[in-house]
Amino acid sequence: MQDCVHLEYRVDGQNFVSAGSATESVKTFLKGMGVNPQDVRRVAIAMYEGEINMVIHANGGYAYADIYVDKCIITLVDTGKGIKDIDLALQPGYSTASDEVRALGFGAGMGLPNMKKYADECIIESEVGKGTKVTLVTRFD
Amino acid sequence: MTVNDLCGILSAQKVNIADGNRQITCGYAGDLLSFVMGRAPSDSAWFTVMTNVNVCAVATLADVSCVVICEGSQPMPGFKEKAAEQGINVILTDDDIYTAIKKAVNEGQI
Repeated sequence: MQDCVHLEYRVDGQNFVSAGSATESVKTFLKGMGVNPQDVRRVAIAMYEGEINMVIHANGGYAYADIYVDKCIITLVDTGKGIKDIDLALQPGYSTASDEVRALGFGAGMGLPNMKKYADECIIESEVGKGTKVTLVTRFD
Repeated sequence: MTVNDLCGILSAQKVNIADGNRQITCGYAGDLLSFVMGRAPSDSAWFTVMTNVNVCAVATLADVSCVVICEGSQPMPGFKEKAAEQGINVILTDDDIYTAIKKAVNEGQI
């Protein structure tokens, strides 16, 4: 197998029907590679939260997966409104989601905490008014 | 216990059955999708009243054996199609979540 496989996805903003499809595609790819199911699950949970955040808060963006033999690096990039206070956003239960989004079952304030919990490394870079970049590194057992 | 077994125990409707023989090893109840994503174990039966298409995405990614829609909550538009496309087991019962879980525990021994 080649050293790295690079996958790219456009994530549509406010499209809750297609939300999660990039993550599902990466999950299918990792399963096909024979990555241990627990690691596949960790990647999927962290990436899905990031993908949903882009749908809800950033009017979409791009998701990239760089898959190596021993790790997966997910990069989520948007040009949305940015996160004013990252430490606050990382607090479990903190959410700025609208009532409409909450009615769908989102907005529990567990998105960023789940990313941090399930990825081995979670790097959040954000600038208000410019956008957010989230990098999630998951190492395979 | 299999998905078909649980369906029988709950006298549930089959909304979509992709693999009725899939084993259920435990359960999880919840409607907030990020909690479910982070906490529902693989191979569990997930009891919820949510029926939008995002339930299908979460069920797939969390790799639950089965979604159990409770309270007779009706699938929202697009739900059944998405469940079929993604090969998710979904059953529907009129029981509330507590009653459904009580039956699953007592009669299905999960």
